[in-house]
Amino acid sequence: MITIIDYGLGNIKAFVNVYDRLNIITKVARNPSDLKNSKKIILPGVGAFDYAMTQLNNSGMRTALEHEVLHNNIPILGVCVGMQMLGKSSEEGTISGLGWIDGTVKKFEIDALPHNAPLPHMGWNTVMKDSDSPLLKDFKNHSRFYFLHSYYFECDNSENSISKTEYGITFTSAVNEANIYGIQFHPEKSHSNGVQLLNNFSKI
Amino acid sequence: MLYPRIIPCLLVQNKGLVKTIKFKDPKYVGDPINAVKIFNEKEVDELIVLDIDVSKEGREPDYKMIENLAIECRMPFCYGGGIKTVEQAQRVFSLGVEKIAISSVAVKNPTIITKMAERVGNQSVVVVLDIKKKMISGKYEIMIHNGSKSTGLDPVSFAVKMQDLGAGEIVINSIDKDGTMSGFDMNLISNIRESVNIPITVMGGAGTLIDIGEVIKNHGIIGVCAGSLFVFKGKFRAVLINYPTVLEKNELLSKVFLND
Repeated sequence: MITIIDYGLGNIKAFVNVYDRLNIITKVARNPSDLKNSKKIILPGVGAFDYAMTQLNNSGMRTALEHEVLHNNIPILGVCVGMQMLGKSSEEGTISGLGWIDGTVKKFEIDALPHNAPLPHMGWNTVMKDSDSPLLKDFKNHSRFYFLHSYYFECDNSENSISKTEYGITFTSAVNEANIYGIQFHPEKSHSNGVQLLNNFSKI
Repeated sequence: MLYPRIIPCLLVQNKGLVKTIKFKDPKYVGDPINAVKIFNEKEVDELIVLDIDVSKEGREPDYKMIENLAIECRMPFCYGGGIKTVEQAQRVFSLGVEKIAISSVAVKNPTIITKMAERVGNQSVVVVLDIKKKMISGKYEIMIHNGSKSTGLDPVSFAVKMQDLGAGEIVINSIDKDGTMSGFDMNLISNIRESVNIPITVMGGAGTLIDIGEVIKNHGIIGVCAGSLFVFKGKFRAVLINYPTVLEKNELLSKVFLND
């Protein structure tokens, strides 16, 4: 069973829908008791960093979530802003992140981008594997996923980066530390590659 | 490497799928959910759905329909039509929509863009500019309310303003080219593309994949929309939802994009 955290920020149904097709049961968590006995947790996120953190903090679920992830070692997958929230802080805002993976969230420098490349980084880009993470199992290198963001996660420790993507610079597009995973791209909107990745996560 | 996006744009009127010519004569072409299902199978890059009469009629967005579409979409989904407030934007968002398209309200109340961006993130606020070339002066002008009302606004300076206020993407929609399948208005696209550095998506005029290729050749990373091309087949405009296969798309991109 996959528990998807609903703290008022998008995309919950898209995840539920993918897992429905995979015949994997999902549960949407809206309060702390919903998180009890989780087996796998997805922290989705679209929107601005501070708003996302505020919503999570105000949802009442943060303490229970920390208990599941840091004490019970339940695997968690942060997606997009959900990945960025795993870091300590973001240049997009002033509120602290969860701080579960050492790193900070930075804004792409528009001057560093290739000629005429726009910001946000939006569209289908390729993912290059850094490691044999089970999350990226069975993917060919340079598989395409959908991205939609202006900020990226910069790891303090390079071994936490499990994939990279190029957009002007080479940035970390997936992170992992023990049971904690994060991906910058949107698997729920990446057709068959996304389905495969979410299936991989369910088996971790 | 980031790829250009090739995007079907679906127009909705009274819950049915329609296709217009120059924003007029909506022809019923089917059921939106059915179209989304077909586009899922074809693995389209993204999907834009615009409910064309909501703003003009002053209605609320049809949340149930949006939700049904969002549930079905396995690709990034952009919805536009009738979103006027931050609360409405947030509500549409919570239904599982990645991007919200704003048009009329951006003209009437530009600073709302900033407020929406603070809530949902810049990357998800898309401003659609419906643009018409004036008959006598030949100047471009932004129109609102499904092309029925002029604003006197110059598209280039307005696009820059939208970027500065926090929009994450500009959709350039040529009213004169809509449904004509006669190729894109390349001048209009270049003027705006050169003035902003947020993503641009162009709409209006795609008649063949070659037309789409032409835009990509000139502008590289850009979104290119088509309505008629992806819902009609043949000169009698028989309704047939279609989209290039992975092979066809790669072949097109290898000619106009990858060899840059």
